Amino acid sequence: MNTVLWVILWGAVFTYAARVGGHLVLSRFHNIHPRVEAGLNAVPAAVLTTLVAPAAIQAGPVELIALVVAGFASLRFGMMTMFLIGAAVLVGLRQVVG
Amino acid sequence: MSAGSISEGAPGSDVWRGLKAGLPVVVASAPFGLLFGALAVDNGFTPFEAFLMSASIYGGASQMVGLDLFGAKIAPWLIVLSIFAVNFRHVLYSGAVGRRIRHWPPLQQAVGFFFLVDPQYAESEVKGQRGEKITFAWYMSMALPIYVCWIAEAWIGGTFGNLIPDPHALGIDFLLPIYFLGLVMDFRDRPFWLPVVATSAIASVIAYKTVGSPWHVTIGAAAGILLAAAMPLDRKPDDPS
Repeated sequence: MNTVLWVILWGAVFTYAARVGGHLVLSRFHNIHPRVEAGLNAVPAAVLTTLVAPAAIQAGPVELIALVVAGFASLRFGMMTMFLIGAAVLVGLRQVVG
Repeated sequence: MSAGSISEGAPGSDVWRGLKAGLPVVVASAPFGLLFGALAVDNGFTPFEAFLMSASIYGGASQMVGLDLFGAKIAPWLIVLSIFAVNFRHVLYSGAVGRRIRHWPPLQQAVGFFFLVDPQYAESEVKGQRGEKITFAWYMSMALPIYVCWIAEAWIGGTFGNLIPDPHALGIDFLLPIYFLGLVMDFRDRPFWLPVVATSAIASVIAYKTVGSPWHVTIGAAAGILLAAAMPLDRKPDDPS
C-alpha cells in the first residue's frame, strides 16, 4: 500500500476511535462526578478558543479587525449573519489594503 | 430502517430543523472543502486520495495538518499521531454528546459518532442545553448534507484546484477563525465562560509558541477544562440524567 493511503486509513481509524472512545469510557460510570460534569460543560468554549486565539495573535490588522467586528456582531446576530459580516469586512479590507 | 425509533415529536420537523442547523455549516465549510482538495493535489495526492481523506477522516483541521506534514516529508507514523492530536478533542465531544444520545440503539450511536465534527457537536450541545431531545433524525439531517458536500468539495477542489484565482483576496485563509469565534460566542451563557475562554486562549498561545502546533489545541483546551472543573460547585447545573 502506498504511504498516502496508509496515513489516510490510520488517521481515519484513530479519529473514529477518538469520536467513539470518549463515550465508551464515560458511559462506564453511572454517576458522573459534578467536577467532571463542570469540565465537560467547559469543553466546547475551551477547545474552540484554542482554534481562534493563536490565529488572532498571528493575524495582521485586517484579519484582527474582521475578527473583532465579527465578535461584536455575534452579540446581536446569529451564527450565519455574524460569519457573513466578518467575511465581508475581511474581503472588503483586503481589496483596499491588499 | 429507523421509522420505529423516531418517536419523539414530529420526525418531519426534526428533519427540517436538522437541515436548517446544517446549512450555515455547509456554506461556511465549502471554501475549506475546496481548498483542501486543491492543496491535497498540490501536495502530491490524487483527487481520489483527497476524496478518500475527506470521506474517512472527516475533520478539516486534521486533514490540513496531515497535508502540511506530508509536504514536510516527516515519518508517516508521526503524521498519523498529529492527526490524532488534532482530533483528540473529539474524545471530549464524544463523552459530552454520548450523555445525550444514550436512548439511541447501539448501531445508530456507532454511526452518529462518525459524524461528530466540531459544528455537529456544538449544535448538539446547544440543542441539548435548551432541554430538547437529540433525535437520530435531527442529528443525521444535520450531518449528511455537511458530509456529502465536504467529500464532493475535496474531489472538485482536487480536480479544478487551479481555478481559484487568488485565495488570499477571497479571505479563504482566515474564514475558519471567524467561524470558530462564532461558535465560542454561542456558548457565552455557560458557567465560568469568560475565565475558561481567557485561560484557554492564553494557554493555547503559550503552547503554540513553545510546544508548537498541533499540541496547542490539546494543551489550551485542557487548561480551560481543568479551570472549570476546579471552580466552586455551588452553581450546580441541572443534571440531564
